[in-house]
Amino acid sequence: MKISINGLHKAFESRIRLGVMSALAVNDELDFNALKEYLDVTDGNLASHLKGLEKEAFIGVEKSFVGRKPNTKYFMTKEGKEAFNDHLKALEKLIRGVAE
Amino acid sequence: MKKEQDYIRDIAEIRSMMERSSKFLSLSGWAGILAGIYALSGAYIAYQFLGFNPDTIDYSPTLSSLSFIMILAIIILILAIGTAILLSSKKADKRGEKVWNTTSRRLLASMAVPLVAGGILILILLSSGLIGLIAPLTLLFYGLALYNASKFTYDEVRSLGIIQIILGLISTYFITYSLLFWAVGFGLFHIVYGIYMHIRYER
Repeated sequence: MKISINGLHKAFESRIRLGVMSALAVNDELDFNALKEYLDVTDGNLASHLKGLEKEAFIGVEKSFVGRKPNTKYFMTKEGKEAFNDHLKALEKLIRGVAE
Repeated sequence: MKKEQDYIRDIAEIRSMMERSSKFLSLSGWAGILAGIYALSGAYIAYQFLGFNPDTIDYSPTLSSLSFIMILAIIILILAIGTAILLSSKKADKRGEKVWNTTSRRLLASMAVPLVAGGILILILLSSGLIGLIAPLTLLFYGLALYNASKFTYDEVRSLGIIQIILGLISTYFITYSLLFWAVGFGLFHIVYGIYMHIRYER
């Protein structure tokens, strides 16, 4: 897990990863298409970012079938929740530092 | 190294994503106003031209006027739902969202359960001739549906739901005035709510 000097997670530097984490923070689980709609990105782009987050163990994947179509659902892991909260705290601190 | 502006943008991004992915915010205020107007005119037609004014629980209008009232009710319902879908999809377009997404599906599912339960109950009562209960019960179950659905949309929907529930209960007691309460709940409060939402979120 890489953390930069100011407490921000490197994993959340990309806008798409940040978006995925935000959406999963308020939803128990979301499928690939829902995430794609919210983020407005291509399949490949989203898939590679999701894989990245999965590798960090920040999100979990649950594969199933709806009829004959594969349906992949994503949810946030405990590690992911902690990392995301830390990231938010770090962001808050930085902004407060700017304001003061 | 990122700049301060980037951090602020990140936070804004997080907020907007949390909101968009958990709440359906394309509900249109105008749809509420129009639904209220349809309801008021429907109640007026039912009262004035079809002589519909239940004053007891087992109120019995003539059979032909009852079927006219059912048709009238269905027309109002279709008009109101159609307007809501049309205006909401317009608003969703403007916000760059789709009207049929995970959030709107959840919103509709949470509304559907109380509405279907209420609808079936009303049909059963109707078959037993308890027509007087239709107006109070539509208010009550509609209020429950709104209250339940408010988790997935604007918080104000919860208040509207509570108002409808209270009106439904009061009008069950004062059954003589149930059509009036129905007009106030579905008509007047929809219009008030629609105007409020339009001013607060759409201007």
